[in-house]
Amino acid sequence: MVFMNNKVKKTIPQLITLAVVVLIFGFFTFNAQTNMENRGIEFGYGFLSQESSFDVQFSLIDYDGSYSYGRAYLVGLLNTLLVAFLGILIATVIGVVIGIARLSPNYLIEKTAAFYVEFFRNIPLLLQIFFWYFAALRALPLPQDADPIFFGVSYLTIKGLFIPRFIWENFDIFSYSVIAAVVSILVIRNYAKKLQENEGKQLPTFSISIGLLIILPFLTFLIGGVSLSFEIPVIKQLSVTSFVYEGGLGIPPELIALTLALALYTATFIAECVRAGIQGISKGQKEAAASIGLNPNQILKLVIMPQALRIIIPPTTNQYLNLTKNSSLAAAIAYPDLVLVFAGTALMQTGRAIEIVSITMFTYLSISLSISVLMNWYNKKIAIKEK
Amino acid sequence: MSSIIKIQGVNKWFGDFQVLKDINLEVAPKQKIVVCGPSGSGKSTLIRCINRLEEHQKGTIVVDGVELSENTKNIEQIRAEVGMVFQQFNLFPHLSILDNCTLAPIWVKKMPKKQAEELAMKQLQQVKISDQALKFPGQLSGGQQQRAALARALCMQPKIMLFDEPTSALDPEMIKEVLDAMVNLAKQGMTMIVVTHEMGFAKEVADEVIFMDEGMIVEKAETKEFFANPKSDRTKLFLSQIL
Amino acid sequence: MNKLNFLKPDKENMKIYLYTGSFLFLISTMDVFLNSFFKLNITSFLPNFLSLLLPLILGSFGLHLIRIEFSGIKYLDLANKKINSSNFNAVLTLLIIFVIIKAAPATMSWFIFDANIAGDSKEACTGTGACWTYIKIWLRRFLYGMYPNDQQWRINISFIILVFLAFAGYFTTERLKKYLTLYYVIIYPIIAYILIYYLISGGSFNLEWVETGAWGGLSLTFIVSFFCLIFCFPLGMILALGRRSSLPTIKYISISFIEFWRGVPLITVLFMSSAMFPMFLPEDFFMDKLVRVIIAISLFEAAYVAEVIRGGLQALPRGQYDAAKSLGMGYWKMHIFVILPQALKLVIPGIANTFLALVKDTPLIFVVGLLEIVGMLNLAKTNPKWLGFAMEGYVFAAITFWIICYAMSRYSQNLELKFKTER
Repeated sequence: MVFMNNKVKKTIPQLITLAVVVLIFGFFTFNAQTNMENRGIEFGYGFLSQESSFDVQFSLIDYDGSYSYGRAYLVGLLNTLLVAFLGILIATVIGVVIGIARLSPNYLIEKTAAFYVEFFRNIPLLLQIFFWYFAALRALPLPQDADPIFFGVSYLTIKGLFIPRFIWENFDIFSYSVIAAVVSILVIRNYAKKLQENEGKQLPTFSISIGLLIILPFLTFLIGGVSLSFEIPVIKQLSVTSFVYEGGLGIPPELIALTLALALYTATFIAECVRAGIQGISKGQKEAAASIGLNPNQILKLVIMPQALRIIIPPTTNQYLNLTKNSSLAAAIAYPDLVLVFAGTALMQTGRAIEIVSITMFTYLSISLSISVLMNWYNKKIAIKEK
Repeated sequence: MSSIIKIQGVNKWFGDFQVLKDINLEVAPKQKIVVCGPSGSGKSTLIRCINRLEEHQKGTIVVDGVELSENTKNIEQIRAEVGMVFQQFNLFPHLSILDNCTLAPIWVKKMPKKQAEELAMKQLQQVKISDQALKFPGQLSGGQQQRAALARALCMQPKIMLFDEPTSALDPEMIKEVLDAMVNLAKQGMTMIVVTHEMGFAKEVADEVIFMDEGMIVEKAETKEFFANPKSDRTKLFLSQIL
Repeated sequence: MNKLNFLKPDKENMKIYLYTGSFLFLISTMDVFLNSFFKLNITSFLPNFLSLLLPLILGSFGLHLIRIEFSGIKYLDLANKKINSSNFNAVLTLLIIFVIIKAAPATMSWFIFDANIAGDSKEACTGTGACWTYIKIWLRRFLYGMYPNDQQWRINISFIILVFLAFAGYFTTERLKKYLTLYYVIIYPIIAYILIYYLISGGSFNLEWVETGAWGGLSLTFIVSFFCLIFCFPLGMILALGRRSSLPTIKYISISFIEFWRGVPLITVLFMSSAMFPMFLPEDFFMDKLVRVIIAISLFEAAYVAEVIRGGLQALPRGQYDAAKSLGMGYWKMHIFVILPQALKLVIPGIANTFLALVKDTPLIFVVGLLEIVGMLNLAKTNPKWLGFAMEGYVFAAITFWIICYAMSRYSQNLELKFKTER
């Protein structure tokens, strides 16, 4: 057909799709508006500055019922980030160990690691969270019956983990010393690199860095007037049957259960990523590196790790993202994360479904997209060039 | 004539399977030896024992005056004296060709970067790929990659060069460029042990040809003699199949 | 007899090393064994700390002695290579063996020996072990949710029919085999829908109507998984193709759609479906809870399926596209007959993973008030007559899910192998 030229062929499907999408969105918006009018619901984000009048069990910043909904949002967000950070840390450590163990020539170790992966991977995360919270942690002793652990200053009870609280004198001096140590490490590394380029000599930068990191802050204790004391949790009786710990830091069992379940579950996926990365390096690379005289440490640092990390990092970052998203399951055990505090309690109180849910989803979307963009940039930058 | 490599009574097992049976071999400096034989005959294993990528269980191997055993300290020093070219090239894909070549001189010989780069460019020129220095292995053809691998090994200025079937993974039209580079190297007086099927190369460059079969050295002779008068039946059979 | 060097066992005095080493290893294992199974402590004369470490020290020394390279004894060499290749490995091996021995009696007694399964009520659970009676009594709820007991035969029949029809692929004659894809993609889901609508939901043909809120348990897990599977797969395929399209509008709409659903947690999606959906629909348009949930989960999973399929499309060599185009195939013909069949084979593990994730995500529907097996468990454990049996419930659900998921991942691995060899 003469008039069905290429340009027309290309524009017609696009116009149709666009039209369909616009229609669908229009339909939804129209309904939303009518419904809201009929029920007398307003639309607007002004409610965020209103007083929230509900308390939150656990918060990293000051908060109570007199603060605004906006502040409640912040509390939820910080709690989510806290659980995500701890979970990612623990999951990475466990995941790397298990991943390497999967490649061990020792039959028992390899099978144990494989068992771990198969076991924790095939049970739903929600079930694992429930198990830890409702079954495992409930089996812990009551505060009055708990035996001290960790050199007698911590207590693991059904009401949470109570550890000593750090009390700092002149914390700012200490933090300056840490910053100074980091800066000097960077300077020394730069110097060592230049030295190697120009004269070939190698400095033991690793040992020097560790030394600086330990010694400089340590000096502040001796001469900077910094001191560290601990507030040890002490049991206090509230009533005939109810005891609690005063002083110290109390980590709620919800946080423990959530972090534990998230870490153990995500570690299985990270282990598989690590395993794939190390297996992906052909044996010949190691042999070639050995044949030109590199020692095992150098082979690992200069040849194996750069290649393995390129394979490991992208999917592992994906897992970190998944962990952050999965932390929203906190709602199931009443850990006050962003979803529970904001899209749960705040939504129920104000009824502003559209605004609140949109803010919540937008928050998660931002976190995901920024990590994605960062990952894409990183991938492009380190991509191994091919034809 | 003192040998730079002395192999005496070497035996090696992979589990139950004996892959090297009582090998005796002496290599003089600047000598070029070609090792040939059917696959599974142990030729690759033998040369990999020389830079200790494989360990022998019985017998002695002495390389440049140092005996190779589990007590050998600084095996890396020995490996720096012995260069190797692999069948699969094994270039480091995440580094440019230049960086592939300068890696060991900088980190093992502690050379300043500039000096290492000058040395690398010289070697790359010898194998005629100095214009590819800043490219990455994935961007080169097979023949170019193998020549780069050769340059990388030569940057450590080894006394001995081992070649493990260097052209077996190449397309026919690229075999010549690699063989030319190897002939060039031979002319400069390098001690070379080459495992290969390229008999034309053997005839042109080798001083001695060794035929291995089932883990044993079946025949060892001066090149002319080897091709003109093969003594063992197995050698005759093998030669008839590949020539 | 040559000099015995206990630090360096060698082949010469093999027998001595072997006997001593094995003896030490056996004593250490015995010690742990007696300790954990019979609560005997034969080293109680030593201080606490040492008595714990002794088996480890003896055992590792014993293993060190039997670590003779190339001894010639086949099983010894095999064992040495596998679990005893160095001191570090020997210690780890011992630790693993000891942990297993220590954990075995406690686990076995909880699971089996001290457990109860007979009886009718909480009183029947007298032992210190698991109360399987609880599971037995509640089994119907865990399987069928709040579905009326006397109507549960309807669910059973539907499932039996569906499973039987699923295997129809094995019984078709050669002539009908080419209609298999059509069957699975269109006819089978329609049959499933009819069964669900008329048989399980009821309301006509004299069958009592059971509202979807009462459905629950494992049967609900299967229903939700099944329908989400069916919907998210074609939608994901279309999105993957859309994302790779050269037409900018389609491409960017696909990308936005995919990135949106992949960027938010499933629980917020479900929250949205119960809190926000009613807002976006006309006043009196009622959408059943179950339908809403299935739509939400399908849209969500479709984004992940789309990414997996996109990986396959990208991995296919350009030559395939070129060859198909040079034969005169248009866009759709090329994709249906050449590209998609190959790409899908490539991404079988990825798709299986996504399906597995889908099954594992079904417990989240408690958010909208639907109680599949995990939700039923939570309900059951708060029942005043049966307090304190949370552990048994979760273990039961864990085992159930584990079996299902493990079987699925095994099956997908087999599929992958089968397709690999066919090439």
